[in-house]
Amino acid sequence: MYQSSIIDIISPVMAGPSSSHTAGAVRLGLLARNIYNAKPDKITFKLYNSYASTGKGHGTDKGLLAGILGFSVCDKRIKNVFDTPEAEEIKYEFEFLQDFNRHPNAVDFVIEGGLNMLISGNSVGAGEIEITNINNFQVKLNGKYNTLLLVYDDMPGVISSVTGIIQKDNVNIASLHCDRSGKGKDASMCICLDGELSHACFKEISELKDMYIVRYIKKLES
Amino acid sequence: MKYPITTFRQLYYACKEQNKQIFEIALQNEVEKGEYSEYKVRLQAAKSLQAMKEAINEGLKSTELSPSGMSGDECNKLQKRYKETHSILGPVAEKIMIYALATSEQNLRMGTIAACPTAGSCGIVPSVLIAYAQENKISEDDEINALITAGEIGRIVSNKMSLAGAVGGCQAECGVASAMASAALTQMRGGTVKQIINAAALALKNILGLTCDPVCGLVEIPCVKRNPFLAIHAVTASELAMADIISKIPPDEVVDAMEQTGQLMSPLLKESSKGGLATTKTALALVKNILK
Repeated sequence: MYQSSIIDIISPVMAGPSSSHTAGAVRLGLLARNIYNAKPDKITFKLYNSYASTGKGHGTDKGLLAGILGFSVCDKRIKNVFDTPEAEEIKYEFEFLQDFNRHPNAVDFVIEGGLNMLISGNSVGAGEIEITNINNFQVKLNGKYNTLLLVYDDMPGVISSVTGIIQKDNVNIASLHCDRSGKGKDASMCICLDGELSHACFKEISELKDMYIVRYIKKLES
Repeated sequence: MKYPITTFRQLYYACKEQNKQIFEIALQNEVEKGEYSEYKVRLQAAKSLQAMKEAINEGLKSTELSPSGMSGDECNKLQKRYKETHSILGPVAEKIMIYALATSEQNLRMGTIAACPTAGSCGIVPSVLIAYAQENKISEDDEINALITAGEIGRIVSNKMSLAGAVGGCQAECGVASAMASAALTQMRGGTVKQIINAAALALKNILGLTCDPVCGLVEIPCVKRNPFLAIHAVTASELAMADIISKIPPDEVVDAMEQTGQLMSPLLKESSKGGLATTKTALALVKNILK
């Protein structure tokens, strides 16, 4: 289990006014951007519970969009992000919802484009975040590790092939989470790494049989 | 010696056994956990300290109102008063209150601040730490050491409970910030490890149950003024601890109580703006005027 660090407590240096509702929102957007890894046609941001009821006042909507556009948490453009040329280039809308089954600060990114993707996450306090679901697969991403995310056909031997390739880079695996929609159906793997994965290894994993989504998501700057 | 350290008890005994200060053990603990080097932690502390000083300087000069128009000119009012007359608490306390307002107002303007531990509570640690350091010629290295100690206090609490107002109420944000500030202050004053940890525990204990009920859902009312209040609250905790007054409930148990209090607190009072100050007649009128 991840133990928080002093660094998490005394940072980030960020644009105000709320660590969970502004900086957390930017970081969720940044991770979603890295996961999608392409230019989307349209994004619908669904904000839940406290994110929905107090999000506008805290600039949560601005933060989420700024993250999707690749702005950092201390970027001075966040305050006026709706007026930036970057924002004018994509279509986006916001929905404000209440659902007690969701985290108090939850968000869904409904991304439409060459690939449609649903990414869900929470802002868990002091600017810390977690991505919990991608296309209804459970994942565990907090932006603290370089992470390999795979969606593939469930069959024997995939975990061993993938970890075998990672071994070639001599990179340690910090955590590994798997999920599947059913036996022999779609499966997902989320691997947090202590180091950098080389391009060669990434390519080799991408070329494995029946891989649908292969993403290497770099950790977020603290 | 067992790592990682997750409780105040472990922290206290690690300091005692190795005859070291809290920030030294805290850095050692970070290195043992293997995520960050000592250099990286010190570097981030230096960066955050720098951002805190810049936020104070910007905040002292500005009278720009927040986008809602509800706040932004109160630091200026307090500065004016202290130019004419003095606080009964003395010059350090004057500076602390002014710096806390300056930082907090900078935050609501969407200016750059260091979340410590959160943005809503961003004025508490810097105001106490920097005001005391300036008035007592504390070196930058010692300011960084004090900030690391503050960070260690927050880290131990955060291992037990989330520091989000939406999960634990304001006790988890401004309350924890006040405990962190009291620890940093007590260290700069030359307090012992026991005094530092007790200062933090006393501050936490006195703030249990503080709700998060921001008017219009904005980090403005009551958040901005809560920063100078809880900064002075941190000073009180340090004063008591320096007299060897201890928290009769051990620090780790105070954290347990805080976690439980957060769970028992109604969601209406945890950053949802559906109760407390946020649903007063005046607040609801403000909602109509501001969020239309």
